[in-house]
Amino acid sequence: MSGTLIRVEGLTKEYRMGSNVVPALRGVSLDIATGEFVAVMGPSGSGKSTFMNLLGCLDHPSEGRYWLGGQEVSQLSSDELARVRNRKLGFVFQHFNLLARTSALDNVALPLLYSEMPPSERRQHAEQRLAQVGLAERMDHHPAQLSGGQQQRVAIARALVNDPQLVLADEPTGALDSRTSVEIMALLQQLNREGITIVLVTHEHDVAHFAGRIISFRDGKVIEDKPNVANDAAAQLT
Amino acid sequence: MNFVATLRIALLALRVNKMRSALTMLGIIIGVAAVIIMIAVGGGAQARVEEQIRSLGSNIIMVLSGSVTSGGARGGIGSQPTITEDDGYAIGREIEEIQAAAPTLRGSGQVVAGNANWSTVFYGITPDYLEVREWAIVEGRGFEQAEMSGAGKVVLIGQTVAKNLFGDASPLDQVIRVRKVPLTVIGVLDRKGQSMTGQDQDDILLMPIGTARKRVLGSALAKSRSVGSIMVKVNQGADMASADARMRELLRQRHRLQPGQDDDFFVRNLSEILQAQEASSKVMALLLAAVASVSLLVGGIGIMNIMLVSVTERTREIGLRMAVGARSKDILTQFLVEAVTLSLIGGAIGILLGVGGAMLIAELAGWRTELSGSSIVLAAGFAGAVGVFFGYYPAKKASRLLPIEALRYE
Repeated sequence: MSGTLIRVEGLTKEYRMGSNVVPALRGVSLDIATGEFVAVMGPSGSGKSTFMNLLGCLDHPSEGRYWLGGQEVSQLSSDELARVRNRKLGFVFQHFNLLARTSALDNVALPLLYSEMPPSERRQHAEQRLAQVGLAERMDHHPAQLSGGQQQRVAIARALVNDPQLVLADEPTGALDSRTSVEIMALLQQLNREGITIVLVTHEHDVAHFAGRIISFRDGKVIEDKPNVANDAAAQLT
Repeated sequence: MNFVATLRIALLALRVNKMRSALTMLGIIIGVAAVIIMIAVGGGAQARVEEQIRSLGSNIIMVLSGSVTSGGARGGIGSQPTITEDDGYAIGREIEEIQAAAPTLRGSGQVVAGNANWSTVFYGITPDYLEVREWAIVEGRGFEQAEMSGAGKVVLIGQTVAKNLFGDASPLDQVIRVRKVPLTVIGVLDRKGQSMTGQDQDDILLMPIGTARKRVLGSALAKSRSVGSIMVKVNQGADMASADARMRELLRQRHRLQPGQDDDFFVRNLSEILQAQEASSKVMALLLAAVASVSLLVGGIGIMNIMLVSVTERTREIGLRMAVGARSKDILTQFLVEAVTLSLIGGAIGILLGVGGAMLIAELAGWRTELSGSSIVLAAGFAGAVGVFFGYYPAKKASRLLPIEALRYE
């Protein structure tokens, strides 16, 4: 578990609303090493979502630089960013964002559709990931036939299917009850132990405590960045 | 992302909203079916008109005796018999564009058979005449060589004459008197119906040209070889204008006309009718195009409307696809393929419906319809083009969405 996966320097993002310029992120600089499990916290409007969007290559920064796995991505075009997302990143969303009327297997395989993987290998890959999150039995189920926790597992399998360098989870437990939340967090924790770097956005301390490092945002700046000492205790809970 | 996968996604998306897809297709279905039916009906009507004109002889040139100026007075057409039977043979022999040339002598008079009589026209003809006019003999036989050369006392009669003189009885081998000359009926001509000018083409007698000249028309013409007109048939596909020009040249030569001297004959053809027919089929085609474009336009707007709704509804899906690596181009292709699939399926159903409808019309209304492969290809092509044209804007709109905004969309 060494080497810098993410390096951001003076990352700034401003939104234009009419004639007003609203700063959402005011110069954030930090490193995240390969294999880390980071929780990003902060009240709404603190800039944590903006930060996540930039980490996820979904948006361009107004200023500052961003290296992902040694590649500078802050200057890439939209199509190049799409390629980076497809190769290096996995996303887990609060509302799962699964395609309705599409089997769990096809949902998981979706990112591969935009990759150069031959169709014959896609299925095998997706099956493997579904098995990894414990849903080997439910590959042909549609999202509507699955519980919230199962749906989020499918979404996690989808995030893993392209063997990403980084998994970004935006409030992954926001739509789940506390029991299921713990299960999902335990799954993420387990994946992290298997070597996957995870950055998680949450506003719940309980959830954040599964991570190994907590970065707190306020008013577009990092106000606190510390290792999570309670991590081991939380892990033992599961 | 390969094409098969894109097509699968499109079909899936269309299947999800079956009712909506079907209703959207309806515009295209009706449009395409209308195009095919109208072209089939129009084609049938045109074919019938063409047939009528062909029966009249659109590739026929008439050479008439010309006017001769004598003592300052200019005679009209046929005022002087200037063309001869031999001019006719020469035309048929020497001009390659000509399929057949039939010199004819025309006369009219009272025809008597038993106690029935009838006034009609008669033509003295050569064997080429029936070929030129594409006229068949339905009963009896044609003229034999001996009858032709020997001015045989035989006659072919048209349907109208047959009916008026003989009623339902067979006219074959009966003797009729034309201007008091007894002739034996050897055959009955097929029905031709009315000409474009409303004349009954079946009210006619045909006899060998020698018979007409020597026996029926009388002594004034008996020695001369002159004829009233030569009916000339140009080969199918040959150039009318050049045939016309070469014929004029030949006749001027034969008549020993000096350069600068007027023609002593007239040449007439049915090019006016051809032009009229061409103009009418142009109008017909224009009308069809207008109807087709209106109905397909309406269908296309329907597709655009539904695709816009679909893009809005699936904003989150688009955001997700972009998040996992779809480029703008992939999204554009996906929605474009969806729109084109919608319009092509609609087009295919429309073709089936159109072909069925055209057959039904032919069956029920008894109209003649002509299904053409090109109209089907055209309609299918149009449907696809409509899909591309009207699907492009919604697809472009989808492809321009920003991933974070699309993902946040509620």
